[in-house]
Amino acid sequence: MAPPDTPIDPAAEPAKMPAPDEAPSVMSRASAVDAGAQAGAPHSILDDESPRSPRSPGEIFRVFTRLALQGFGGVLPIAQRELVERERWLTREQFLELLAVAQVLPGPNVVNLALMFGDRAFGWRGGLAAMGGMIVAPWCVVMALAIAYAHYAQHPVVAAALRGMGAVAAGLILSTGLKLLPALRRNVLGAPAAFALAALMFVCIALLRVPLIWMLAGLGSLGFAAAWRRLKA
Amino acid sequence: MTPVATPVLSSSDWCAVFGQFLLLSLLSIGGAIGTAPDMHRFLVEQHHWMSNEQFSASVAIAQAAPGPNLLFVAVLGWGIGGVLGMGVMMAGILIPSTTLTLAAARWGEARRTTRGVQAFVGGMAPLTVGLVTSTGFILGKPAYGDPWLLATMAATVLVCLRTKISPLWLIAAGGVVGAFLG
Repeated sequence: MAPPDTPIDPAAEPAKMPAPDEAPSVMSRASAVDAGAQAGAPHSILDDESPRSPRSPGEIFRVFTRLALQGFGGVLPIAQRELVERERWLTREQFLELLAVAQVLPGPNVVNLALMFGDRAFGWRGGLAAMGGMIVAPWCVVMALAIAYAHYAQHPVVAAALRGMGAVAAGLILSTGLKLLPALRRNVLGAPAAFALAALMFVCIALLRVPLIWMLAGLGSLGFAAAWRRLKA
Repeated sequence: MTPVATPVLSSSDWCAVFGQFLLLSLLSIGGAIGTAPDMHRFLVEQHHWMSNEQFSASVAIAQAAPGPNLLFVAVLGWGIGGVLGMGVMMAGILIPSTTLTLAAARWGEARRTTRGVQAFVGGMAPLTVGLVTSTGFILGKPAYGDPWLLATMAATVLVCLRTKISPLWLIAAGGVVGAFLG
């Protein structure tokens, strides 16, 4: 994380972002972060393909607010459309790169993506502006709905409608999981092992209610070790 | 969530909630919704601070609104303790992952193609699929005793797998179906 006093000067370098391949891969974590933070970026990743870049954290906040408020049932497709096609702050490839890193890190993928985008543009201030834009306005909408729910939850029709909505929400998330299943065929572990791990995870989490931390420590290390060995070959 | 059902949590309860959500933030590989089973285990099964119906409704409310699905955490927090619950849970779920992302973004980006990162991504992918599927299964709990709700859930899965219709319309349809048949 770029601490508050790292020498990023948004006013001086508004268009510059460190290119992903600039931090030498052999450096320690700390020095890589320093280098990234200080990279006055001789070649910005935006120079070649992307005609625009955000002008200020405030603009980042506004654009992320706009895209978050359009994202019903998932912000990711909207983020891609707004950042790549409308604002042209990122190329399609840059977007996918950011997403790949966002998915490795814990936390909501789309929030991580916002944080990293803003951080690249204006350091931690940009990161918080992007995350704030992503969260603040939708949070207000959700709270208005939650307050309305608390107020009317006793009403039989409202309660019944919410049970129906809950069933749909369950179906939506279940189908998200099912849609991800075919991707496991191309998993580095090989299809049978990947499907077996997914099934074991489902049985332990959904049916046996094993705490998540034990599953990630156990099955997660197993998956990592197996993938590590397969990647060697 | 309703005034009658709102539990009263002591300050040590709140510390436990905060600690649990700090931990879950670091465990939220593949998105916040993957931690929903553990939140359900903690809030519904272990402490009985909310019912299956309240839990599923909270996620449904967040899904009916725009924005990241992470906001179901705010609704859960509101349900067990108003503004305090919302603040505690959202801070817990956001602070560790945000800090880690800011710290690790450039580091991970430079190493995106290294064997360690690739092994992590490949090794975790099946677990993520298992987690998301588990979330759907657990959210469906209020529907398992009710043929109409179960049919609604099954229809949603079918429609989602076959079409690209916006989830918003499906949630709205679920509300209508529930209101008329519930």
